[in-house]
Amino acid sequence: MTRTSSGANGGGGQQGSGKLPRKRFYRARAHSNPLSDSHFPFPISPDDFDLSQHYPRYYPADKGDLSDGEANAPLIRFADVGCGFGGLLVGLSPLFPDKLMIGMELRDKVTEYVKERVLALRASNPGQYDNISVVRTNSMKYIPNYFRKAQLSKMFFLFPDPHFKEKNHRRRVISMQLLDEYAYVMEVGGIIYTITDVEELGIWMRSCLEKHPLFEAVPEEEIKVDPVVTLLSTATEEGQKVARNGGQTFQAIFRRISLQEE
Amino acid sequence: MEDTAVEEAEVSGAAEFAPALIAAHPFGHSVAVAVGPDLRVFDLHGGCAVSLSDDSGGCAHSDAIRAITFGAGGALFASAGDDKLVKVWKTGSWRCVRTITSEKRVSAVAFSNDGLYVTFADKFGVVWLVTVGEDAEGQVSADSKPVSIFGHYCSIITSMKFSPDGRFIGTADRDFKIRVTSFPKNPMKGATEIQSFCLGHTEFVSCIAFTRNSGGSSFLLSGGGDSTVRLWDHINGCLLDTYDVRDKLGELSEPNETEDSNLAIADICLANDDSLVAVAIQSLNGMMLLACDLVAKKLSFLKVVRTEKSYIPTSLSTSFGPDEHLWTVMGASNMPNQSASQLLTRVRIVPRFQKDAQASADHDTAALDDAEVPHGEKLLLALQGSLDASKQEEVLSAVLAALKVSMHKMLVKKNYSEERREQRKRGRNDKKIKK
Repeated sequence: MTRTSSGANGGGGQQGSGKLPRKRFYRARAHSNPLSDSHFPFPISPDDFDLSQHYPRYYPADKGDLSDGEANAPLIRFADVGCGFGGLLVGLSPLFPDKLMIGMELRDKVTEYVKERVLALRASNPGQYDNISVVRTNSMKYIPNYFRKAQLSKMFFLFPDPHFKEKNHRRRVISMQLLDEYAYVMEVGGIIYTITDVEELGIWMRSCLEKHPLFEAVPEEEIKVDPVVTLLSTATEEGQKVARNGGQTFQAIFRRISLQEE
Repeated sequence: MEDTAVEEAEVSGAAEFAPALIAAHPFGHSVAVAVGPDLRVFDLHGGCAVSLSDDSGGCAHSDAIRAITFGAGGALFASAGDDKLVKVWKTGSWRCVRTITSEKRVSAVAFSNDGLYVTFADKFGVVWLVTVGEDAEGQVSADSKPVSIFGHYCSIITSMKFSPDGRFIGTADRDFKIRVTSFPKNPMKGATEIQSFCLGHTEFVSCIAFTRNSGGSSFLLSGGGDSTVRLWDHINGCLLDTYDVRDKLGELSEPNETEDSNLAIADICLANDDSLVAVAIQSLNGMMLLACDLVAKKLSFLKVVRTEKSYIPTSLSTSFGPDEHLWTVMGASNMPNQSASQLLTRVRIVPRFQKDAQASADHDTAALDDAEVPHGEKLLLALQGSLDASKQEEVLSAVLAALKVSMHKMLVKKNYSEERREQRKRGRNDKKIKK
């Protein structure tokens, strides 16, 4: 980090060079309105989602039509909703090298940063980090456009925007309504991880998950041995910030279950 | 310059026209037309206009009705709209037995198949459920409050229907989505289990319809702002066939006629045996008929039933017979310079809405002349608000112009150029206040 900046374009245009992008060139607003109409492209359906851009090792682009190789290629199994600067993905990648994971982020510049970060990591660590990628999207609107029913085994919601005002509660990424959609894209047995440093939001997320008939709390002893759980607070930039300031965090970790008809 | 003009129209809010709606009683006892706050019902058995009575203690409709439907085998009827009221009527006496107040404007309404519940969708995309079934004494429980059972995330729900087996509730929205949700035994606790999403439309979805009787399995049809009618297997969300109405309309019309006109699907209506779909298209004077082959899972063009130039239907409906008429209506409310007395609609009826009758070459179908309409002038006077609606060219052409833009204004995402967005950002209110 002692190297001086190479000019105004210091942030972008370093593909393949192996140099990590620097955050200072990707300054972005801290919040983005999920309710506004989106003006970026999104796939019409999961079939329309071009994976070759994201995972070239698993989905080579030059294969022409859909060949049998693609049919055997792994599907995305983990989704980090609101991935921010991508710390969790980078931490998870070596832990689950055979699982494809995607980060979803609404802020354009932040998405660019994660893209560069992944490309740089791939360039400097050949054979690694091929299983992570990022997409700019509004996951509150378009989750079913990216994933099929029961496709995901893990979903992450780390340090989401708290939206304190009651008027804005419907902008929260965990809500009874949206949990229906998350349950739809998750397989039975899949796990949803949430963490926040805002007590009020922590209570809200836990109560939504407790009320929802398709989720049940993961027992404490399982949480203790889950290697992913420690990453929740240590791997992400937000988590590190909270740790630096000695703040408290609130987790809610729930499992997708099948509906119990009385 | 053009951009600024559009912007001004938005600001003045003059664009929210409400298209007229029509619903035929499933067994052909009556037919209802809604235009603006007006609900007009004609009793086809008695041959007279019905006068509605209200003993629910609620207000009458005061703003545009956006959704009407029959339910519980025709015993109940519901109307709902921009005045945030959902009114439930008993069709035997045409008394309003229940007025439910919604927090937001209502965009769709449906009865569960057993007639126990009415569901309605508000402008924020939340679906609410109220018990309307009768208890042992035959009393409609009047105290039950609406509960939200699921929602589309902040999107306008344009159409809501129950599957004929009662297992699913289908909802379509302006974000190109159709959601098929399992309807649980105890829906008061919410309908949280999504069966499928039917994704494929590339614009807003305006209408959906389940097929009724295809040997155990049922299918879903939808129409949208992308000018397509689509056939789905809603159990797994598979798109089975897509019919683009522009293919045929391009051939049929003279050059220039369809150019820059908007061919969004306004409504679809299935014939009783599911073999035929009538399609109302935003700029087409008439109805397009598609053959619907549920064995081959194909939609194919059959014909266009043409009407006079000034008639573009806004809503379609049919009943289980015996007549099997296709009822169509055209009209709009909330137009600038429109007085209440001008809430004109035009009703046209296409007889013999069956595939065999429509497919035979010797028989050139047309909508019935006004003189041939059942109950003639009486019916037209009751439903249209005027006998010579067809002669009021001026009013109809204003309606026509309004209809061409109405659906778009409400449902299409506004697309601003890069410069325009920058300009809007600069003009943001929060910044102005800080200065």
